[in-house]
Amino acid sequence: MTATQERPAAEIGKDRRRKEDQRLITGRTRWTDNITLPGMLHLAMVRSPFAHAAITSIDVEAAKAATNVVAVLTGRDFGDELGACINAWPITPDQKTPPHSPMPADRVAFAGEIVAVVVARSAAEARDAAELVDVEYDEQPAVLGIKNALEDSVLAHPDLGTNKSALWVFDSSEAGTGGDVEAAIQQARTDGIVIEREYRQQRLIPAFMEPRSVVVDPTGEQLTMWSATQIPHILRFALAATTGVPESKIRVIAPDVGGGFGGKLQTTPEEWIAWAVARRLSKPVKYTETRSESLVSAHHGRDQVQTLSLAADKDGKVTGLKVHLDADLGAYVSLVGGGIPVLGAFMFNAIYKFPSYRFECQTVLTNSTWTDAYRGAGRPEATYAVERLMDELAAEVGVDPLVIRERNWITHEEFPFTTVAGLEYDSGNYEAATARAKEVFGYDALRAEQGERRARGDRVQLGIGVSTFTEMCGLAPSRVLGSLDYGAGGWEHASVRLLATGKVEVVTGTSAHGQGHETAFSQIVADRLGVPFEDVEVLHGDTQVAHRGLDTYGSRSLVVGGEALVQAVDKVIDKARHLASHLLEASQDDLDYGGGRFTVRGTDQGIAIQELATATFTGHNYPEDMELSIDAEATYDPVNFNYPHGTHLCAMEVDTETGAVTMRKYTCCDDIGNIINPLIVAGQVHGGLVQGIAQALWEEAVHDDAGTLVTGSFVDYLLPTSADTISFDVLHTEEPSVCTTNTLGTKGVGEAGTIASTPAVVNAVVDAVRHLGVDDIQMPCTPERVWRAIHAHDGDAPTPESAMPHFEEDAPNQDPTAGQGAGQ
Amino acid sequence: MIPVKFDYLAPTSVEEALAALGEHGDEAKIMAGGQSLLPVLRMRLNAPEVVIDLGGIDSLRGIRDDGDAIVIGAMTTHHDVREHALVREHALLISKAVAEVADSQIRHRGTFGGALAHADPAGDLGAPALALGAQFVIAGPGGSRTVEADDFFVDLFETAIGEDEILTEVRIPKHTGWGAHYEKFVRVAHQWPIVAVAATVRGSIDEARVGLTNMGSTPLRARATEAALAGASATEDGVREASQLAAEGTNPPTDLNGASDYRKHLARVLTGRAVLKAAGA
Amino acid sequence: MKIELTVDGAAVSDDVEPRMLLVQYLREKLGKTGTVIGCDTSNCGACTVHLDGTSVKSCNVLAVQAGGRTVTTIEGLADTVEGDLHPVQESFRECHGLQCGFCTPGMIMQAVDLLKENPNPSEEEVRLGMEGNLCRCTGYHNIVKSVLHAAGGGAA
Repeated sequence: MTATQERPAAEIGKDRRRKEDQRLITGRTRWTDNITLPGMLHLAMVRSPFAHAAITSIDVEAAKAATNVVAVLTGRDFGDELGACINAWPITPDQKTPPHSPMPADRVAFAGEIVAVVVARSAAEARDAAELVDVEYDEQPAVLGIKNALEDSVLAHPDLGTNKSALWVFDSSEAGTGGDVEAAIQQARTDGIVIEREYRQQRLIPAFMEPRSVVVDPTGEQLTMWSATQIPHILRFALAATTGVPESKIRVIAPDVGGGFGGKLQTTPEEWIAWAVARRLSKPVKYTETRSESLVSAHHGRDQVQTLSLAADKDGKVTGLKVHLDADLGAYVSLVGGGIPVLGAFMFNAIYKFPSYRFECQTVLTNSTWTDAYRGAGRPEATYAVERLMDELAAEVGVDPLVIRERNWITHEEFPFTTVAGLEYDSGNYEAATARAKEVFGYDALRAEQGERRARGDRVQLGIGVSTFTEMCGLAPSRVLGSLDYGAGGWEHASVRLLATGKVEVVTGTSAHGQGHETAFSQIVADRLGVPFEDVEVLHGDTQVAHRGLDTYGSRSLVVGGEALVQAVDKVIDKARHLASHLLEASQDDLDYGGGRFTVRGTDQGIAIQELATATFTGHNYPEDMELSIDAEATYDPVNFNYPHGTHLCAMEVDTETGAVTMRKYTCCDDIGNIINPLIVAGQVHGGLVQGIAQALWEEAVHDDAGTLVTGSFVDYLLPTSADTISFDVLHTEEPSVCTTNTLGTKGVGEAGTIASTPAVVNAVVDAVRHLGVDDIQMPCTPERVWRAIHAHDGDAPTPESAMPHFEEDAPNQDPTAGQGAGQ
Repeated sequence: MIPVKFDYLAPTSVEEALAALGEHGDEAKIMAGGQSLLPVLRMRLNAPEVVIDLGGIDSLRGIRDDGDAIVIGAMTTHHDVREHALVREHALLISKAVAEVADSQIRHRGTFGGALAHADPAGDLGAPALALGAQFVIAGPGGSRTVEADDFFVDLFETAIGEDEILTEVRIPKHTGWGAHYEKFVRVAHQWPIVAVAATVRGSIDEARVGLTNMGSTPLRARATEAALAGASATEDGVREASQLAAEGTNPPTDLNGASDYRKHLARVLTGRAVLKAAGA
Repeated sequence: MKIELTVDGAAVSDDVEPRMLLVQYLREKLGKTGTVIGCDTSNCGACTVHLDGTSVKSCNVLAVQAGGRTVTTIEGLADTVEGDLHPVQESFRECHGLQCGFCTPGMIMQAVDLLKENPNPSEEEVRLGMEGNLCRCTGYHNIVKSVLHAAGGGAA
């Protein structure tokens, strides 16, 4: 019994080492691919090499005859039992949504799409036989790239008649949240400044380290699916909704999941095929993708063209922002699909008091890998655009980039503040975060060094990039989601169970895959309930254990799931109070609760929560009017988003001879409200930063003109290593502006680093060479792009043609554009 | 991730290996350290029926002094080459370049001869071997022959090693006291070089040798630069001027990491840097 | 082919296909699922183990090549020292050098090798020495810190 243990010092705010780690550092892990069941069969997928083709015929005879092959199945072998991949967020009522079969029988719409599945006794034999499946294709013209898609001359899905899926519009003058942006732009053309830019959000690949894997066990009364997913609950719902199996017969388990970053926020063809095969054969099956398969078929992220007009007066006070996005959905409208760019709609005005705003988002279909959430999802794109524009405005006005921000941001006295996009920011202190970041970064000294290097024409120039960001996180108030036509709510569920021995089981509907929920949630419960940290066990990721939940994405787990937990704990204490009053023979009004004990005011009498738990186990003595349990559960639906913010400062060195860029220093000061575990928070920020930096400098998914993914392995899709990155200064404001709409005062942090860092880096790179006539460099800022930008005007970077005097006319690498990496 | 089935042979002598190669011909593939071969097999980009692993042939491992040259056994790992005092003393350029091959784990398995025989134009060892005038000792059914570096690299992934032959050792003429530097240009650390320059110089500068990585279908010598450097003084201006000739006669590829003209520009810049560092300037 | 080898201190013997990779042998035949597969191009290093005491990517070694040799995986690391954890494992926990934990076994095995060769590395030497291991969660910041912390604690 733990009843007599001292309650530990306050857990919230403590840098607890993680409970999760013991297993992970000793290899005692349960990744989906580790699961082996008796009689388990293995799947190998046959994928289309063509981006767009009719399937003329599939000959499976040779494959069926191969050693230990149990079955070879195609789309034609399944009817409706295969189900469908769903889009949960049709962003407009008239959205064009092509049907999406997990394994189409007649036509493929991107290279990598599955056309047949081989089932064999071993993974090796399945792979061997997959090579024997003979598929005949009638190749069709493929449309790649946003601009081609908009022309509608080649169609990704000819039956739809267009590549344009949906147009979503927000206008502040129509919404009553602000003025008319066209009028603002007209005015600025006359007597102010108009900055007009087109920015490219390149296509990215989430590239979680654990390749996706799925195991389905159809034996037993419930069908069980283990999947490397972020969303076991949504997955279960979608399986039920599309395959006709009652939800109550489905158990989905997300065991140890090796990262997601939005990339495992999906219901996938591979899961649906494994489900159908297991049901058909009545045997457990497993499918684990290779990295190459993952890169080509797991959804991609970003991929937008942003057309932007920023209007300001002569002093740089912004009067309006107009945004037109074209967003590439890929071949299908994925689970969240066009909702991703729409999430950005509310963030382009960022931390600023823009008086007028218009946002349009046109989604298009192409014959490429589908796109969906990637860390930040909509908000990094918005932040990038506005923070790049603010730097351009500062350059135009001729003031420091921080000055232009100060002229436009919401001051800390102005909260709560209703923005031009219609959100109510409850709290924030941009001045404080900026001041602290500036100081630790050594802003003034670096600016001085920059000036010296410029003056002496140093080969290596220094640039300083600023990004002052906010984001909306904690997805999401269910009514807001409803108003946006999203197919589900944004609530979260938790339950707290007191075991007979005094241990506490906490069940959460969130589904961690590296975030450290077991540790952070234990800290919350330990404090709130007054029990030892070690006595709290957090259960999640199994729909039979956590029957209600909406999973983990959008920086929601702590701010929504944690709040549900707080409410459940409070209910436990309420129930326990009734029992304590009975056992202590005291009025409930005379009981105080603290440190895990009820005490009778003015006496030395008391009883510990663990003793009460035991009392409900024995049931020997409890009030007549009490149900024999102090367990409780709660569902929490947030009333608002929360709005973490921060100031990120980055110093980049640019080698003007080669175009190579090197990070010199990165300092960020994030205001994320109250912090549960600073160690975990710092880790989230570090990882987020590098993903955002990687967008700025290294990563890009490129399809060639035929629709083949050129960056189809880690040899070509460039993830940074430890040797490419630096150590960061991660700070928080000393007196955070706490979130006012949840009990813990917390704000989301999972995506902050990614959202803020990309523009900070690109602003720094551009700043380093702005004096050489550069005002933009397309992401990723490859050495070649930087070099060409620097020398675009001075003749030192000759056009590719004139630089190739030694080339034979017919040399294969004569195409000067082939290496530009733009891809689309 | 799973190679096509193959038979595995592990000969313990060069003679045995040659006999196996003779028997299986082009159905067989030689495996040295396997660090380039196994990825190819896993991706099913190649499907030999027989893999002949040279790992069991002890005589192919080791580094020895042979008068005017040092001799590196083909199966000596990158790690062992990197650490070896003879290499550092007499072929500093090899020491520097081999340290840049892939990563630590790969260097523990990958072999000096295997990497050269693989002849990836982006491989790090071709340019320094060429620059140092390495000699490649190749064993075949009729005995051994020696091929000069200039004749060894034939084309993309193609060398002078015949289908029935095996590279057994590489002789590096001693360049005792020569300064050296391998300047590698990548976007991320685990990437193959976009361009790299291997430079070694005697004095400052009496004589210079410059090899280029990934500037064509084989490693190349920047001979015009070498000629211009001979007898020049190791000043920044002088070296940079000579380096302007570095891309002459090259035919670099255009791909995601850079267009051909950009690679030529890099070759010129990096040659200047490599030579200056080699000269200790 | 029949192979006999020592894995994590235990002698094991199996019949394997020559094409079976060491990582597949460890996972599928021995149930050593602590060692994982993260890519198919030998870039990620998640499968790093020690072969006769030095770090290798076990996707880049055939099981038959490990015959007669000694393999140590993340599951056998702690058995070689006093106490429950190897000091490098302890450092990764102490410094929050992992999040999802998928790259962690490879990271730890490579860090142990790095510190064996260079017991007192600088930050730059750690960053270069770990370049063959990819992580997507931590941004490497705390991984580097963990390795430096282990060095300071005399892990090697």
